[in-house]
Order: sequence, then C-alpha cells, then structure tokens
Amino acid sequence: MAVAELTPQEGETLVRKERSLLEESFIRLVKNKVAIISAIFIIVLTLAAIFANYVAPYGYAEQDLLANNAVPEWMLFLLPPGAENYANISDVYAFGADHLGRDLLSRTIYGARVSLGFAFVASLVSLLIGTLYGMVSGYVGGRVDDIMMRIVDFLYAFPFLVVVILLQTYFKAIERRGGASFFFDLNDKMGGMLFLFVAIGLIDWIGMARIARGQVLSYKNTEFVEAARAVGASDTRIIMRHLLPNILGPLIVAESLNIPSYIFLEAFLSFIGLGVNAPTPSWGIMISEAVEGLRSYPNQVLVPAIALSLTTLAFNFLGDGMRDALDPRLKE
Amino acid sequence: MTRYIIRRVLGFIPVLFTITLFTFALMRAIPGGPFDFAGDRSLPPQIVANIEAKYHLDWPLWKQFLSYLIGDDLLGEEGISKGVIRGDLGPSLRYRSQSVNDIVATTFPISAQLGFLSVLLAVLIGIPAGTLAALNQNSWIDYTSTFGAVIFLSIPNLVLAPILIWIFALGLGWFPVAGWGSKPPYLLGFLPQLSQLNWNYISHAIMPVFALGTASAASIARLTRASLLQVIREDYIRTARAKGLRERAVIVIHALKNSLIPVVTILGPLFAALVSGTFVVEQIFGINGMGKHFVQSVGNRDYQVITGLTLLFGVLLVIANLLVDVTYAWLDPRIRYD
Repeated sequence: MAVAELTPQEGETLVRKERSLLEESFIRLVKNKVAIISAIFIIVLTLAAIFANYVAPYGYAEQDLLANNAVPEWMLFLLPPGAENYANISDVYAFGADHLGRDLLSRTIYGARVSLGFAFVASLVSLLIGTLYGMVSGYVGGRVDDIMMRIVDFLYAFPFLVVVILLQTYFKAIERRGGASFFFDLNDKMGGMLFLFVAIGLIDWIGMARIARGQVLSYKNTEFVEAARAVGASDTRIIMRHLLPNILGPLIVAESLNIPSYIFLEAFLSFIGLGVNAPTPSWGIMISEAVEGLRSYPNQVLVPAIALSLTTLAFNFLGDGMRDALDPRLKE
Repeated sequence: MTRYIIRRVLGFIPVLFTITLFTFALMRAIPGGPFDFAGDRSLPPQIVANIEAKYHLDWPLWKQFLSYLIGDDLLGEEGISKGVIRGDLGPSLRYRSQSVNDIVATTFPISAQLGFLSVLLAVLIGIPAGTLAALNQNSWIDYTSTFGAVIFLSIPNLVLAPILIWIFALGLGWFPVAGWGSKPPYLLGFLPQLSQLNWNYISHAIMPVFALGTASAASIARLTRASLLQVIREDYIRTARAKGLRERAVIVIHALKNSLIPVVTILGPLFAALVSGTFVVEQIFGINGMGKHFVQSVGNRDYQVITGLTLLFGVLLVIANLLVDVTYAWLDPRIRYD
C-alpha cells in the first residue's frame, strides 16, 4: 500500500496500513501457485458435485443394458491386446460404462458428492466438537481439565478404525432390518451417509480437542484476556469473542490437513461395503466393483481412481500451502 | 522408567476391557444371528435353537459376556470356553471346525510379515529420501523428493494396489497377481523359513508391500526432511563443523541421529494406518491374512471372530503406542516420564 494513494488526513494518522494476521497469511497463500491451482480444482469439483444433476450427462443409476462395459475408442489402448474382439466399443459415453451399463463419467461426478460431502461434514463436526471441548477444558482448568483430558486420553487409546467399522456394521444391520423412524428415512435419502457422519463424529474430535486446549492454554494468561476479564466480560464472552478468533486459524489449518484422510476413510469404508448404499456412487464402491474386471476393463478402475487421487492431491497441496502461509517459519 | 511402563500397562486393562465390552454389546445388538442361514437355505427354528444352545447364545447376555471373559469353569457351568483372560478367543461360529485361535494362528503370521516388510520399505526409502532432500535444500533433488512424497501421500492403497497389478502383473507379467509366498510352519511363530525366502516369496511380496508401504515412506521422508533442516541450524552442529569434523560425520553422527527422534513419534499412527491398509491390500491381492478375515467376518456376523480380532488389533495398537513412547524417551534424554 503506497502512501501516495492515501488522502492527506489518512496519511497523517497511519504510515502503513495495518494488516491482520489473516490478511498477511492470505496474501502469502495467493502467491503460492500450486496451492491456488489446487484451490481452483477443489472449487470446480465442488460446484460440479453440487450441480451434478446439470453437469453429469446421465443419471448415476441410469442403465443402458446394451452398453454394459462399453469402451470408447480412444481408451482402447488401455485394454489388453486383442480387446477389439470382446470389447463393446461405443463412443456414446466419454469414459465408457460400467458392468451394469451406467455412464462412468456421470457416476464419477456424482461420486464427488459423497467424497467431498463426507470430507466437509466430517471435518466440520470434528472441528466443532473438538474445539468446544478443548477450549472449555483448557479455559476452566483445574480438576475439570484433569477429568476431561483423562477421558480424551482414554478414548485416544482406542483403535479408531476398528470402532468405526463396528459402528458402521451395527448401523447397516439395523438399517437392513428396516424401520420407519425419522433417522432411517433421512439416512436413506442421504444414500447411507448420515450414519457415516455419526460414526465419525463420535470419535474423531479427540485430536482437535487436544490442539484447541493447547492453544487456549497459551493465550489464557495473556494481557488481552486479563483486560477483558478486568472490564467484567463473562467467561462465555471471553471464550467466544477473545480466544476463539485467535486460535481458529491454526485449528482450521490442522483440520484441513485431515481432509485427505477423511476422503480415504470414506473410500475405504465403501470399498469394504460399509459405506454408502447402492446405487449411490462413491469412488470407493466404483473401484471395488471394477477391480474384479481389472484385466479386461482397466478403464473402469482408472477413472474413479484418478478422480480420487487428484482430489486428495489437491487437498494436500492446499493444506500445505495454508499451513505455510499461516506460519512461514515452518517452511524454512 | 520401569514404574512408567508398569503404570501404562495397568492402564491398558480398562481400555481393553471397554473395547471387549463395546464390541460384544454391539455385535449382540445387531439383528439377525450367525445361524440364520446355512449356505443359501434358512434353517428350521428348532435347529437354530439347538445350535445356539450349544454356543450358549441362549444364556442371558451378562452371563455370555462373563463366560467369554473368564471362562465357563470359573462360572461353575459346563462348557469349553476358557475365557479371554486365559488366551482363549472362543470358537468361530461360521467356520465351526475352527476356533478363533486357529484363525489367528494361520492368518496373523502372514499379516505380520506383510506389515513388517512394509515398515522396512518405508524406513529404507523414507529416511534416505528425506535426508537427501534436506541436505540439498531447494535443489532439484529436494523438489523431486518433496513432490514425490506428496504424490504418494495422495494415492490411497486402494488405488495403488489395482494400478500395480494392472501394470506389473497383467501388463508386464513380472509378478503373480495374488497370493502370498510363505507357508507354515513359521520360525518363532510368524517368520517365514529361510528355505522359503526365494524368488517365489519375493515376487509375491513386492506389490502388496509397495501398496502398503509407500504412503508411510512418504510421511517419513517429509518428517525427516523437516526435522533435519531444523537440526542442522543448531549450534552444536556448527561446533562439530568448527572443530574440523568431516561433513559426513557431522551429518550421520550428529545431525541425523537427533533429527530422527521426532520421526519415531509418527510410528504409532503409522502402525494404525498399516493395520487398516492390510484390510484393503489383503483383499485386493487375495492374501489370507488377518485383515481380510476381519472384513469377511464383519459381513458374516461371526461374533466371536469379530470380537477376538478387534481385541487383538486393540492390543497390538496399544502396545505399539507404548513402544513408541518408550523409544522416544530412550532416544531423547531431555524427556523423562515418571
């Protein structure tokens, strides 16, 4: 910001425009090309997922039985030699169709809904519960802190994935029996994702709670908190208005670095049959269905596999960029 | 230190007890029993009742749980269960000729070999890659290594495994598509015999080990790089250089040793990721290990196998975490537990 652009009055009161920590970080982030490309990729993918009804050329469950295992001509080079003799060559679908004659491209676009939806909701839930828990524990301190952290330590010793698998097995089995309760209907409408959220929300806030507590402890005895207390601010107000804005940045960055692992988790659960319900497409389900025919139709594995890998790659680059932007000392 | 270890081991007991109780309760709450079907046919109710009585599934739940935990004879009942505390994980309800202990005995060695080789690969690739990147900071070596690490962190094993099979087994025909190369009896209960360590073993192992180990290698490389970059700016490194030590001695003896301390901390989460990785990798490569068995028993509602394997995974994970903490304190004298 050049001084010349300021009016004389402003020039007198401030020499250099003060930027907040977040503004500084944002400027550093924008300078990171890889992170920006990743961010654009994620935004485009998110829009495609939200508007999948308009973007995808076909519905995710739309079947054309004559087109099962259809392969477009340009993908023939992926298939083993002699594929012309058995393959159903048809250029109707850009990336071909799966074993039930459903368009691979459309299913991959709809699959982004599940992956991204799960990643966003899971990180939001974990951030919300973890931050609240950690802040209360760190702020109140004393015996309450001891007990709350004991609980966290106790939960931390649990094998997280095994618990998620067990919970999902339970939810799926209950669901299969059928029941006309509100939650089952809602879960059904969401293609089986509601219970995934519940399973993850029950456990995954622990790491976030520890970080939030540590952050609160480091700010708790600073002057600005003391000042707020001196003028009679309530504890709730101090936590929400004074502590939260200061610790939120690092927490969001820490959470964004977790997003790839959520995407992996959803794909993994769908792969072993504990994820979303058919015919809702998920990249994990698509891979697990296509792996059987890997020899004859590798394109059916490659399309969702590349989508999955590019998405996690973009989140990894963006997360690293955000971390470096927020704390440049880490970058060396 | 001894007191710390004892305290930690005592702390395992409530955790493992809760895992057992939780798994037991959840599996029993699931509608539908393991004997509802024999193959595709449903069984007559009287037969189901008889089989359930044999496995004490007609007992009240608390009694079933106690029987599972401490054994039938201590409850003063007739029965075969010796209880988990005496190392008996019970019968498999699906494969009725096998006990859970039998299943563990056949599948655990294979999973252990797979896991061990993957950790070995992760360390052998990760540490040199991270070190080279740090020593040549901002050179093409650094960029290649750092970029490669992000790529491999972003490719999940359920993508990597089929792609490896597609390229190296189906395309080039270098390695077999599926299976594992070692057979019992094993050395020390889980190691393959030396005579089995031939090309057959290696060719079966290469792809699954890569599919499982590369992500770990990538995270180790990233951490080693970051940590080494921090260490080589420390005063004592400058001292070592100033007193005329050769560069190699400075790096290997002084810098690397200290920079590996933080790397130890991720071995805990890494081990957990490895366990979940075996679920996928063993499934795709058709390896008869514990991970594949666990996933299948979840679908079969084989209560005893699920509970037993969950408990075993739990034990392995808490022990791994304890080992990590102890190693950490041992490597870094500044850390003292008491």
